[in-house]
Amino acid sequence: MSNDKLVKNAIGRLVPEIINGEQHVPFKGVNKHRPTGRKAAPPIATCIDYPPDGDKRVASIKEALKKAGLKDGMTISTHHHLRNGDFVANMVFDAAAELGVKNLRWFPSASFPIHANQIKHLESGVIHHIEGSMNGPLGDYCSYGKMKGTAILRSHGGRWQAIQDGEVHIDIAVIAAPTADPFGNANAVRGKAACGLLGFAEADAMYADKVIIVTDNLEPFPVIPWQIHGNYVDYVVEVESIGDPSKIVSGTTVLTKSPDRLKIAEMAAQFILETGIMKDGFSFQAGAGGTSLAFAVFVRDLMKKHGIKARFVRGGSNKYLVEMLEEGLTDYILDGQTFDLEGVRSMRENPNHQNTNPFTSYNFHGKGNFASMVDVVVLGATEVDVNFNANVVTHSDGRLLHGIGGWQNCLFSKTVILPIPLFRDRIPVIVDSVTTVTGPGELIDVIVTERGIAINPRRKDLLDKLSGSRLPIKSIEELKAEAEKVCGGAPQKPKLGDKVVAAIKWVDGTVIDVVRQVLD
Amino acid sequence: MDQAVFEAGNKGEKVRSDCWVALVPQSSGGLQIELTSKVEKLYGDSIRALVREMMEFFAIKNARIMIEDSGAVPFVLMARIEAAVRKAGLDNGKRYLPDYVEEVGQPVRDRFRRSRLYLPGDQPKLMLNAAIHQPDGLILDLEDSVAPSRKDDARILVRNALRALEFKGCERMVRINQLPLGLKDLEEVLPHKVDVLLLPKIERPEQIQQIEDKVDEVLSGLEEKREVFFMPIIESALGVMNAYPIAAASKRNVALAIGLEDYTADIGAQRTNEGRESFFARSVIVNAARAAGIQPIDTVFSDVQDMEGLKASVLEAKSLGFDGKGCIHPRQIQPIHEAFAPTEEEIENAKRIVLAFEEAEKKGLGVVSLGSKMIDPPVVKRAVRTIELAVKSNLLDENWRESHE
Repeated sequence: MSNDKLVKNAIGRLVPEIINGEQHVPFKGVNKHRPTGRKAAPPIATCIDYPPDGDKRVASIKEALKKAGLKDGMTISTHHHLRNGDFVANMVFDAAAELGVKNLRWFPSASFPIHANQIKHLESGVIHHIEGSMNGPLGDYCSYGKMKGTAILRSHGGRWQAIQDGEVHIDIAVIAAPTADPFGNANAVRGKAACGLLGFAEADAMYADKVIIVTDNLEPFPVIPWQIHGNYVDYVVEVESIGDPSKIVSGTTVLTKSPDRLKIAEMAAQFILETGIMKDGFSFQAGAGGTSLAFAVFVRDLMKKHGIKARFVRGGSNKYLVEMLEEGLTDYILDGQTFDLEGVRSMRENPNHQNTNPFTSYNFHGKGNFASMVDVVVLGATEVDVNFNANVVTHSDGRLLHGIGGWQNCLFSKTVILPIPLFRDRIPVIVDSVTTVTGPGELIDVIVTERGIAINPRRKDLLDKLSGSRLPIKSIEELKAEAEKVCGGAPQKPKLGDKVVAAIKWVDGTVIDVVRQVLD
Repeated sequence: MDQAVFEAGNKGEKVRSDCWVALVPQSSGGLQIELTSKVEKLYGDSIRALVREMMEFFAIKNARIMIEDSGAVPFVLMARIEAAVRKAGLDNGKRYLPDYVEEVGQPVRDRFRRSRLYLPGDQPKLMLNAAIHQPDGLILDLEDSVAPSRKDDARILVRNALRALEFKGCERMVRINQLPLGLKDLEEVLPHKVDVLLLPKIERPEQIQQIEDKVDEVLSGLEEKREVFFMPIIESALGVMNAYPIAAASKRNVALAIGLEDYTADIGAQRTNEGRESFFARSVIVNAARAAGIQPIDTVFSDVQDMEGLKASVLEAKSLGFDGKGCIHPRQIQPIHEAFAPTEEEIENAKRIVLAFEEAEKKGLGVVSLGSKMIDPPVVKRAVRTIELAVKSNLLDENWRESHE
């Protein structure tokens, strides 16, 4: 893309207004952007064009894509509930390649290392660019400037926003469904690839021109619950396997064994107790990953010790949250994605384990926002700067290696805590200025590291509540100095190219920062 | 021939916070630095600058230096490079020392030694954040946790750690090897402000004497006058039988520890959690240490997952008279401190005794009594210690007298 028209946005980053030939708005500040008009909508369908017996099955994904009118330059969406075990996105682009189409935009809710398969389709021109979070090899590929178009990364809520206000028009949505019927009703609580829920794909089902369900567990009509309703669906394809169950629920339920990270998690839990955030009827959200899981376990123990009950917890659910629900420590789990089989079981059996989607929980175009009703959320980050701005998408060397997930959306919680190690090997985590701003510092309240806790000066209330506490409260500058002392001075700045390889969207659709090409 | 390669450090996929260095001395061609580093983009320039500075320090003008770095901090890089230089015989007796990172005071004879955390002397990753978990003592271990082939590398790393690693108030301990290897350890590490030397597998008082002679020699050669204390570890049947003479063998002894892994093997028993097989030995250690006026310290609890077992084990050690316990994982520290903390009843009792003693002193009475009971000086001493421990364990405010009155 041409980089001659970069403008400085409200957080001081140079960003383009034209990306892949389309107009975008630079970040204006938190809660400063208000789009108007009417929401986007799919074309009007007519039931007489569909089989009266409700049987929408076609023989193959290739066949379905052909019938859906796949052609050059279209946008194809997939979802990531099957995580690193997903086979369907790869099958879709292999089929598209066979059909000889070019310049597709892939619009996944996230991509994983298993999707490195798409590199060959990026090379051959079948895919023009990816708009979605990239974890692993695809991120690396993009970082080195090899993608033809510019990537656009959005949060889970931001993806829904982009679909709803027409920023992204999906031509064909392909939805991997662990259980479906021939009419297209689908859920994810049963089947060998059961992943709990399909919330990310709901927008795709409602707004795409054409919707294809791909399943390896076809049951007779009606499949209930129908999280995806067949009325949105054009075609149903049965395949041998939609994913590898062992990789759908992988690794994320392992508590950290690192003594430093356990200490961080324990301090974060103690912090919410001492500040009075943890009290009867409170709510919290902890992300995936070892430290967050450990946080949830320490919170559970403190709740038991002090006789405190939560009204609801937000998932990413896992066995620890399920235990809390079943022991009566929380009334509800409001779940956006299930991380283990206990989560899937609970969602299947327990009506108080409610599935959510990015619209109900995070959406900018909703009439209210769950995320802002959550008392406390703990999230990860690769870097934080002295202004509390945080980065989750790139590493300190500039490489794009992680997605945004619901991270940006969660920043609207009443208190945002980032429990992070002060340094990783020799890489300081607190820096002068983050490589890529993913979240503005004004929404980030507390940094908990193994060597001390820094509270955003904006949160004087939290500082006041902790007077007399034994918790090690320090300034963020002190923490930065401590990290640099261990690591041997401040790091040199990585050399990055001028070329913009990816744009990072804020939750409202504005461009908050860009990722530049990594040079070797 | 220019082909001899001198290697130091560790490399491989699982290695973190460490590096591998290979030095190939050459007769011409200047310095060729071949660096691959996980932190190339952030610290590549600074690593190359360090290599050049060290080569200048050792007056090495022509060499290939290959480094595979997995995110080693500077004192680790320095240790590995120096180790390679010394293996190549190019050091000329010079030592490249990192600066001290914090003020180091004189060692203190009388302090709490409830927990001591072992850190393998060749694994920098475990060292960097060890002090934040605040055991009473941090042990840089040169003995059992270091493979025989890695002893030379570890000795230099431990020496650098004594200068560049934060201890944050934890007692600075080093476990040396058995003699004669231990003598080499002493020469390398002792000049760098060690508080306590842990002496493994002591069986006879003469061994302490041998170490003491070497320690006197090394310490007398230092510019700054400094003391060091000993904690002999008894790990055999013979050691147990000689426990008292060992405990009394040196004025530098501050504690006597037992190591049960080797001891149980030596007596031909299986080590169990309830520890009946070691009851005799542990009681002997407590008696010998107390008789010599030093602290008896219990062995490590080796199942890091079993927190309940650990707690029971510490309570048992406390009931036998031990003052401390070894740790092999930071998560064991807090449970150990909690278990050694005095109970509420013990604290209340100690408060009464201390107040009665202070009252008697004020009145100039020679005899302290509480109610109808006479109180002997050892009881008062013990009560004072209980109060100190209660304060240290956050169970009692420092100014408890004010709130008491």
